[in-house]
Amino acid sequence: MQNSALIKTENLEKTYSLGLTSLKAPDDVTLTVTRGEFLGLVGPSGSGKTTLLNIIGSLDAPTSGTAEVLGRRIDSLSQKEAAGLRNGHIGFIFQTFNLLPVYTVYENVEFPLLLQGVESSRRRQLVEEALEWVGLADRADSRPVQLSGGQGQRVAIARAIVKKPEIVLADEPTANLDAANSHHIMRTMVQLNEELGTTFVFATHDEKVIGYLKRKITLIDGRISKDERSDQPPLAVR
Amino acid sequence: MLTLKLAARNILSAGLRTWLNVAALSFAFVSIIFLQGLYEGLNDQVERSTVDALFGGGQYWQNAYGPFDPLSLEDAHAPIPPPLRKLVSDTSATSILIRPATFYPHGRFRSILLKGIDPGQTILSVPSHLLRTGHDELPGLIGARMAKGAGLKKGDVVTVRWRDTHGTYDARDVSIVEVFRTSVQDIDNEQVWIPLDRLQELTHLPDQATIVVVNRSAVPLNEVPGWEFKDLGFLLRDLHSLVRMKSVQGSIMYLFLLFLAMLAIFDTQILSIWRRRKEIGTLMALGMTRGGVIELFTMEGAFHSVLAAILGSCYGIPLFAYAASLGFELPAGTDNFGVAIGQRLFPVYSPALIIGTTLLVCVVTTIVSFLPTRTIAKLKPVDALRGKLV
Ligand SMILES: Nc1ncnc2c1ncn2[C@@H]1O[C@H](COP(=O)(O)OP(=O)(O)OP(=O)(O)O)[C@@H](O)[C@H]1O
Ligand SMILES: [Mg+2]
Repeated sequence: MQNSALIKTENLEKTYSLGLTSLKAPDDVTLTVTRGEFLGLVGPSGSGKTTLLNIIGSLDAPTSGTAEVLGRRIDSLSQKEAAGLRNGHIGFIFQTFNLLPVYTVYENVEFPLLLQGVESSRRRQLVEEALEWVGLADRADSRPVQLSGGQGQRVAIARAIVKKPEIVLADEPTANLDAANSHHIMRTMVQLNEELGTTFVFATHDEKVIGYLKRKITLIDGRISKDERSDQPPLAVR
Repeated sequence: MLTLKLAARNILSAGLRTWLNVAALSFAFVSIIFLQGLYEGLNDQVERSTVDALFGGGQYWQNAYGPFDPLSLEDAHAPIPPPLRKLVSDTSATSILIRPATFYPHGRFRSILLKGIDPGQTILSVPSHLLRTGHDELPGLIGARMAKGAGLKKGDVVTVRWRDTHGTYDARDVSIVEVFRTSVQDIDNEQVWIPLDRLQELTHLPDQATIVVVNRSAVPLNEVPGWEFKDLGFLLRDLHSLVRMKSVQGSIMYLFLLFLAMLAIFDTQILSIWRRRKEIGTLMALGMTRGGVIELFTMEGAFHSVLAAILGSCYGIPLFAYAASLGFELPAGTDNFGVAIGQRLFPVYSPALIIGTTLLVCVVTTIVSFLPTRTIAKLKPVDALRGKLV
């Protein structure tokens, strides 16, 4: 069990100073995530979900406490090592998709592989596979502006999973999508989780996302107030 | 390699702004090369015409002679020694006697040099053949600058007065047989050319000279006692430094152009980093290092200079080729009268000039593109993603 702990935080805190007062979010978060989980951080706005996700993704640094990802202490990584960790093992999905506008769908998905220096025929194979997964193989040559919101987010998912990362971190992935598209991408991610064993961590307050979660961690004012598991999430049954 | 491809891609997709910058930069490029080529051409041309008109293949100076010391001129004359005399009679050299004198055009007073030159000489381009006139008058030849300064024209008669070696003053009337135009000031300003034998006779200096100019194929003699050989390297030194100074003055104009182009690129870089901060955050989240992002943006900026070089060569090369083949009329003298011995100016566009300028512009552009990226070095990925920029 210890072996498969992908993410481990202990007494994790991030303090934001707000002029005279200061604010802690997350506040004393101790948490273990194991390989293959499909987990969500939920809770009201401002409870620290994004911050926690960003710390796990080594995009942000905690004020105190420790965070370990894939056995590495990310609070003490250099920015180069952190970039290497993200490049090799973590996929990100953003609320605003964050596709690179000048590249085609294909090139957006290919980008992480280019950074990794993957050789070209292998790259082609992986990109096509990833586009296949999200059902966008026929839009490979489109530009991000030519896509609908749902398609855009699916490209972002393909980009996050193309390198077969251990962890995918998704911050409000459905916030800019309608219900149908939200369900579509959630089902895609459930499938990826089941078939590739990829660990997913969401930050969300969208009920449509919450309905698919197998583990739900509720943050309130930065602290973990509930940690619930369900093997049969209501929406995930196919 | 990857960064290079990405940079090219980004910059080409950036549209109008890129092309405005590239156009400005290419204009700076082309004008630097154009003007520098003009100066190199000017250098060549001035050198050529000065050699033709004044220096020949080098000069023997009588020991007392120094061109910048008017007082020394009183004594700067000596009988032409036999080895030099032989060169002169072989038409491999020509001798010139220089005497200080006073000129009275329209009753005003001017200090001048009287220069005696052999009307039959072919060593220098001074049109001395125009001095072949009858013996009843003393013919004089002046340049257009001198003519303008003294208010003289062809046919005027002017009194010239000098002191001979015994200290006695003597004077004659010189009739201006011709005014010539030249780009070489040193055969023009405050000088009156008269036949050598007449000057020798009038100053009681038979067979004497101040300098002996050899032609360019003459083999330098060993030692000529009392005379010193000055080669072209020595004679052209001042001229070269003058042209260099002029070229530095000229460069201020294009440095200003370059400065404007750099300002535009600097501005574009700042704007582009600010506008694309979220993209920067995304690149970092995808695993690009800060160094990688800085490299990308620097390369994007530097890419402007590559495009500018390409664009500049599209209109620059035909322009340079046209200018170098047709040349420019060189303003000789100050007015369009008289016999011209000035020439056309052909700009010289050497590979060193073109490659050097290209390298200079590329290096400067890269530095200017790099400077604004320092904000990225302090940027945290979360802040970038949030659209914050420190
Ligand atoms: N750069 C910052 N400076 C100051 N305070 C910040 C900063 N970033 C976040 N905060 C504060 O930290 C707290 C947690 O923010 P966070 O974005 O993690 O919340 P969240 O749970 O993701 O909220 P939401 O559901 O609205 O996305 C908030 O109260 C926010 O105001
Ligand atoms: Mg959030």
